[in-house]
Amino acid sequence: MSTETSTLNLFIGENDEYIINMGPQHPSTHGVLRLELALKGELVERVVPHVGYIHRGIEKMSEKLPYPQIIHLTDRMDYLSALMNNEAVCLAAESALQVEVPERVKYVRTILAELQRLASHQLWWCAFGMDLGALTTFFYGLRDREKILDIFEESFGSRLLHSYYLPGGLMHDIHPNFQKRVKEFLKYFRKKLPEYDQLLTGNVIFQNRVKGIGLLSKEDAISYGVTGPSGRGSGFACDVRKHQPYSAYDKVEFTECLHTDGDTWARYKVRVQEMWESMHIIEQLIDNIPEGDYTAKMKAIIKLPAGEYFQRVETARGELAVYIVSDGNKTPYRIHFRTPNFSNMFVMSKIGVGCKIADLVALGGSLDLVIPDIDR
Amino acid sequence: MNVIINYFKDIFQGVWSLIQGMRVTGYYFFHPRQIVTQQYPENRDKLVMFERFKGEVIMPHDENNQHRCTGCGICEINCPNGSIEILTETVINEEGKKEKRIDKHIYHLSMCTFCGLCVKTCPSDALAWGNEFEHAVYDRHKLTKVLNQPGSSLKKEPKSTAKEIKA
Amino acid sequence: MRFDIYDFTSFTQDIDRLLQENLTPFWATVAELTIVGVVILAFYALVGLFLVYAERKVCAFMQNRLGPNRVGPFGIFQTIADLIKLLMKELIPIKHADKILFNLAPFIVIIASFMAIAAIPFARGLHAIDLNIGVFYVFAVSSMGVIGILLAGWSSNNKYSLIGAMRSGAMVVSYELSVGLSLLSIVIFAGTMQLSGIVESQADGWWIFKGHIPAFIAFLLFITASTAETNRGPFDLAEAESELTAGFHTEYSGIRFAFFFLAEYMNMFIVASIAVTIFLGGWMPLQFGGLEGFNTVMAYIPPLVWFFLKVAFVIYLMMWFKWTFPRLRIDQILTLEWKYLLPLSLINTVLIALVVLLGWHF
Repeated sequence: MSTETSTLNLFIGENDEYIINMGPQHPSTHGVLRLELALKGELVERVVPHVGYIHRGIEKMSEKLPYPQIIHLTDRMDYLSALMNNEAVCLAAESALQVEVPERVKYVRTILAELQRLASHQLWWCAFGMDLGALTTFFYGLRDREKILDIFEESFGSRLLHSYYLPGGLMHDIHPNFQKRVKEFLKYFRKKLPEYDQLLTGNVIFQNRVKGIGLLSKEDAISYGVTGPSGRGSGFACDVRKHQPYSAYDKVEFTECLHTDGDTWARYKVRVQEMWESMHIIEQLIDNIPEGDYTAKMKAIIKLPAGEYFQRVETARGELAVYIVSDGNKTPYRIHFRTPNFSNMFVMSKIGVGCKIADLVALGGSLDLVIPDIDR
Repeated sequence: MNVIINYFKDIFQGVWSLIQGMRVTGYYFFHPRQIVTQQYPENRDKLVMFERFKGEVIMPHDENNQHRCTGCGICEINCPNGSIEILTETVINEEGKKEKRIDKHIYHLSMCTFCGLCVKTCPSDALAWGNEFEHAVYDRHKLTKVLNQPGSSLKKEPKSTAKEIKA
Repeated sequence: MRFDIYDFTSFTQDIDRLLQENLTPFWATVAELTIVGVVILAFYALVGLFLVYAERKVCAFMQNRLGPNRVGPFGIFQTIADLIKLLMKELIPIKHADKILFNLAPFIVIIASFMAIAAIPFARGLHAIDLNIGVFYVFAVSSMGVIGILLAGWSSNNKYSLIGAMRSGAMVVSYELSVGLSLLSIVIFAGTMQLSGIVESQADGWWIFKGHIPAFIAFLLFITASTAETNRGPFDLAEAESELTAGFHTEYSGIRFAFFFLAEYMNMFIVASIAVTIFLGGWMPLQFGGLEGFNTVMAYIPPLVWFFLKVAFVIYLMMWFKWTFPRLRIDQILTLEWKYLLPLSLINTVLIALVVLLGWHF
């Protein structure tokens, strides 16, 4: 044996741990997340997440941009809930300026947010199935998501990064076909969603893969700040839509999906249930969109009065909070985004310990991470 | 005894749930009409984008090669990442007065994030969204476009009609 | 016998006689071996290419897609194009890899599947070798491929590969038991281990019909366990794309990767062929007692057509599994084997022994 071949000691880290870098290029981290795993056989002893591979400095860039131009940067944080991100900045600016937006805008924003949540959950469902090895789910989820993206494209010309909201309202009015197409979609998707259950939810292999994996207690969820469906799977009632209604959420009735088990299965059930709830919310609003302007009267240059402003919204992944410090100029003095994925991801180092590699993949899939949202 | 019954019950329930899933995929296998694939280069002729589709920023010209851009520069200010550059020139018009006129409206497609603020804020509605989406080129300099056509001039008309024509 | 119209025995004997007359005995043997080798090699490549194409089309249709449709009509030349691409690709040398084992591994995998093909009877008289312990031989040879996988994982000096290889080792060792027991059940029925003998014993009906429910259960067990043995479908933990990127063949590129890829599909073909030979009557046509007209018509369909139709059916079944189910976890795979498949196989074998003893089968 030459010296070149006898390098098996490279495999072993300290304390006989088998160190593996999962990512930054890995099929199941859904982006450039790097998880440093210490393994004992198949068991994960330690998870150390490393972030920062896709840091673009959105907060710093925002300090140099006027408020309407910040909106398009927020698209690029959590690109699967772009409209909710837009909404957060808009709501913060509107509350600072004490502008009352027209009812129509509130309704449209709510409907669009729920459509976006549906699209996001569909993508999560198909990617989650793929993480677990059921490749067919990926195509079914994307097939149905395509219908929502078509609705988006017809109304505002883009499929993923919308930049559709402006402080004070919308950029332009919704398309005349909007209501018709949304109703068509709901009819279609109500038929397809049971198929999801048939294919994946009821499957005995799937259930064995997700039940009892990655237990996250309610206390841990609160102390780590795990919000959104991941937090609600642990019984943490954290739905901003319910507890601090914004836009038209105070006019609709819906249930906050709560499960107390805290495992991957609970998080899965919460998300599937939320798809039904989202459809329920849209159905209540879609026929009652009031006529009116699509934007409130705004000045050409938006200047927030000096002060600090804070706004929370519920994105598809959890609570997004925007904190704006203004010194009265047309650009913010400091803007901070409290993004849901950042806190959701770091809980992996707590609940990932002791499970197997395959479980870690399932667990990461159930947290539904979008990496650009972590790094901003 | 119960243990044995449960053991076989587990097996049957498991197999049954697997068959449920196979029914879904089997259904689609035998129903090729449900295929959603769009065969892109072939369906190019029939492919119609939505009218609001954001393909690229264009400056509509009418049949007299006239556009509505006054060269005010508001789009340049409103662009978040400097995709638009406006070069103006000063010329003397027929009445003998000095007039600021647009020379080149330069649009860097490679830097554009399609936020739509230029189209939204243009006071004279000179910009619009085009439906072209096949932007791939071999040379990135080709993505820098001059939006006003050579020899074009400013259309003189009241603002209200300008809006109507655009709509 | 009404199957005699499609007998290949005299055909092979004629060739043998021709060679023996014109050459010395030694060279005649060499020539025969060469012919058999070339035929099997060509067959191997053809089936491999076709299976890759079939898999891509089947999964595409299950997923509401069209699948390959660019190269040639309906994309039938897609796999050939892929093969050319793989042939032209660089063989990336791996630093600190154990070079000998690294290069050897793909060949072991391929040779294992090659050897198994030799014993499969495609029609009467059309097999490379007709061992009187054919079942045992196929069973022994097909489990050799795992050595190649283990070597590949170990020698490529990659952590993901090593995990994948170890998983594969643990899995194959345990699933051998169920495969063996379910094959054994039909050996009890047929009373012979000779593959051609087993096929002949199904002249009046396939064992899956003749053997009542126990034979059907044995078939299900065999399909499940052998899917696991080929590292496919819901049991593809050795490569586990979403966990280990590509498992044991992460570091392989170009034609070496193509060997693994081809071997996976050939293993699927072999497993399907064994299942067909043992349970579904091999090249025997569909026969029902009492329907003379129907039986005669069926007997006129050539045995090769019967054989490949049945193989296609079993392969479709395995593809259906793969594209529907999520992947199992390593401990669940072992649980499935040791807690469910093995006890069921044992009970089933005892049941079959009883059925044979009491003469309940047809």
